[in-house]
Amino acid sequence: MTETLDHDIPSFPMARACPMHPPAEYRELRGREPVSRVRMPDGQVAWLVTKHELARKLLADPRVSADRLHPAFPGRLTAEQRAATERVRRLSTRRSMIHLDGAEHGAHRKILTGEFSLRRIAALRPRVQEIVDRTIDEMLAAPQPADLVEHVSQAVPSLVICELLGVPHEQRRDFHEWAGMLVSRSVSIRERAAASDALNDFLEDLVTEKERGEPTDDLIGRLIARNRQTPVMTHDEIVGTAVMLLIAGHQTTANMISLGVVALLENPEHKARIAADPALLSPAIEEMLRYFSVVENAPARVATEDIEIGGVTIRKDEGIVVSGLAADWDDEVFEHPDRLDFERGARHHVAFGYGVHQCLGQNLARVELEVVFETLLRRVPGLSLAVPAEELPYKDDAGIYGIYRVPVNC
Amino acid sequence: MHITADRERCVGAAQCVLAAPAVFDQDEEGLVAPLTVDPAGADGPAVRQAVHLCPSSALRIDEE
Repeated sequence: MTETLDHDIPSFPMARACPMHPPAEYRELRGREPVSRVRMPDGQVAWLVTKHELARKLLADPRVSADRLHPAFPGRLTAEQRAATERVRRLSTRRSMIHLDGAEHGAHRKILTGEFSLRRIAALRPRVQEIVDRTIDEMLAAPQPADLVEHVSQAVPSLVICELLGVPHEQRRDFHEWAGMLVSRSVSIRERAAASDALNDFLEDLVTEKERGEPTDDLIGRLIARNRQTPVMTHDEIVGTAVMLLIAGHQTTANMISLGVVALLENPEHKARIAADPALLSPAIEEMLRYFSVVENAPARVATEDIEIGGVTIRKDEGIVVSGLAADWDDEVFEHPDRLDFERGARHHVAFGYGVHQCLGQNLARVELEVVFETLLRRVPGLSLAVPAEELPYKDDAGIYGIYRVPVNC
Repeated sequence: MHITADRERCVGAAQCVLAAPAVFDQDEEGLVAPLTVDPAGADGPAVRQAVHLCPSSALRIDEE
């Protein structure tokens, strides 16, 4: 390894010059030093991976761990933020598969895979359509300009997860409100902590109730029944899994809806072609997933052995950040990555990660995006942004990229 | 072309079914269940894409 002076190590995350493009440093690093050292907000030095091939290799390497309790696990919060949000963090400190390794991860994942098969997801589609229709009705009935984020981007994934987890109808409004507060910039840390506690308690109660009664026909109910037959998870881990499914499936899809709608509205020729031929929607969504790769500061890992890769040696117990966004803008793999090309065939993007942790809910996300975009184009052909796209409040400060508000006229 | 699909390695991401629906399916548990292990020549590119996309390296093809 070459000697690097401390002050030469750039800070991560890096700033964007344009809200729709990754930080410019990614491109430079990819050419010069595709596995490079960065300083994380918590002060630790970690490795940043910016090249597509190396990102795939590392994420599929059994010598990396997803254990966030490891002291070298790259932290996205400063020590100060960490202390201030300690209570909020409680929501995500329960064990679930995204932070487990090896056989333990395999057992946790396998108990859930059947829930996310293409057949299961296809069976959910009519319900997703009803939910999308209802949220669009509400947006159309709202005073103009209406906020797409509030009415559609946040509401759709929240209601779909309620459906999936088996949250009773009368409690969905509360659930939606708490989930929204967790990702809102306009509420205080204190309010967010309260929402986090409420949501955590709510899922704890929901799991407990389903464990006591007859098995219910929803994801949590079936998970409990399967877990009784072959015990894999503790009660606490089932709650942790419910929390993980909420977090993983909520913010990601919500932000992709907002960014995707803006991308469609900013590319009227593409929009017209898709409106005329909905078969073009599926490749367009893959391209949007690549282009935005919203889970940009993750996945994070820790080396469990020395790994030689990209001309460097990552030592055992060193942290690694694999930027999916940097990888998905690798011009050796995606020509002119800055062009949003809905027909490029971008299926090999790593927006959902790669390796054994690749997003289990990715096909549900695809269905949600398809139904939202198709329905908006069909039902609200006159949809337009109420402010210029470059003036929207982009989430420069969030772990998952997106937009806080998207005022639209319907 | 001969396909080997390892259910033990499979993580149920369904990338193979999306890439080559005529060749791959999922069972009740959401794990890979090939419809054929010796696909016709025409399916070659789709099968190769399925192998490339598989996140857990559960698929292997032996070209003849």
